[in-house]
Amino acid sequence: MGLTGLFLIFFLVVHASINGCIWFNDGGKTFLYYAHFMGTNFLVHIAEFGLFAGLILHIVDGLLLWKQNRDARPVKYSYSVVPEKSKWYSRSMGILGTLILFFLIVHLRNFWGPNRLNQITTGEELNLFDRMQEDFNNLWMVLLYVGGCFSLFWHLLHGFKSAFQSLGLNNVKYNQAIEIAGTAFAIIVPLVFALMPISFYFHLVH
Amino acid sequence: MKFNLKVWRQKNAKAQGKLVDYTIDNINADMSFLEMVDVLNDNLTRKGEDPIAFDHDCREGICGMCSMYISGRAHGPHHAATTCQLYMRSFKDGDTIYVEPFRAGAFPIIKDLVTDRSAFDRIIAKGGFVSVNTGQAQDANNLPVDKADAEKAMDAAACIGCGACVAACPNSAAMLFVSAKISQLALLPQGGPERNNRAINMVNQMDEEGFGNCTNIGACEAECPKEIKLTNIARMNREYLVASLINE
Repeated sequence: MGLTGLFLIFFLVVHASINGCIWFNDGGKTFLYYAHFMGTNFLVHIAEFGLFAGLILHIVDGLLLWKQNRDARPVKYSYSVVPEKSKWYSRSMGILGTLILFFLIVHLRNFWGPNRLNQITTGEELNLFDRMQEDFNNLWMVLLYVGGCFSLFWHLLHGFKSAFQSLGLNNVKYNQAIEIAGTAFAIIVPLVFALMPISFYFHLVH
Repeated sequence: MKFNLKVWRQKNAKAQGKLVDYTIDNINADMSFLEMVDVLNDNLTRKGEDPIAFDHDCREGICGMCSMYISGRAHGPHHAATTCQLYMRSFKDGDTIYVEPFRAGAFPIIKDLVTDRSAFDRIIAKGGFVSVNTGQAQDANNLPVDKADAEKAMDAAACIGCGACVAACPNSAAMLFVSAKISQLALLPQGGPERNNRAINMVNQMDEEGFGNCTNIGACEAECPKEIKLTNIARMNREYLVASLINE
């Protein structure tokens, strides 16, 4: 979980940086330049397979974990109090992950899917900037994206720090640094993502 | 004081168990929880009923036998205390108290509140010790130990193996226990020579016993009567990863 999680976290950084280019407010010129590179470069295509493999591994690993952990307690407690230190989002990673997956399906259907399909059938890329402008005029779509970002926020709030603990990199010397970096990452990245559809909706990007 | 108790009754490992209601009166506030169960059992015996089977031994918080899940928490409502350190003054008169066994597939119920925790013994048998074949302990000055490491090892060694970590964990994971046992030896020079095999064998045995996996939730640390820290789990993961990479 930790290894694939950190790999996906690395992808989030790349994704957020490139999409952040929409805020240059140059009609998507800078954004499309990098989108073209990401959409056509051979090495990026190979990395894309790696990304899907990483995502699937993360999901399969998570499902196995969920099943084993559920089976480890065949008879449940009749009455149980959750200790304060144990956070609800840490106990709900499976549900949060499922929400993110649902969001991802819609998200890939909006952009990645049609674009690759168009590339295969006509050899041409779609103008993803125009598509964003179009899609994010719809309030429901914007709300769905913001909801997806909230799920991602809680997922990362646990996942980032947890990955370091699972890989044994957690120790007293670096704990605080990991704690701060993890919380900051969990806030900043989903916030950047959420601001994109919001910016389009309020016509702050053009 | 008067209490309504809901106690898990189960004839044997295979039987279907259920919560049974009991009412108990005239309980002194300064009685321990276990003494209260003793009184209840005395009442049941006088009525010709089967008394409640429960584990207990030292009654001073050092043996780890008294495994009960009281009012929804392992060892009851107190922080850093075992069931035997719980007194009836911690409850309000007329309270309803749930009493259940520690629940995990790896801790099968023997009867009522008594569970078989020998899974822990089998994990220890896989390497939770230092092999010494003969001779006396050598002079302590021959093995210098850093004070900070000695403290950390001592903190890990405080684990009494009660299983509250497993009981509190939503995944029934035993990683706090196993990590404490691996840590106490990994931090000291005596544990050095066998550290790789120890990490691998103990972790494998833990998985074989059917304990769940750690998802870094922290309920174990919150409920541990000896305040064993989560950093031990990180150390165990580190020991295990390194051992998996270099062990032949």
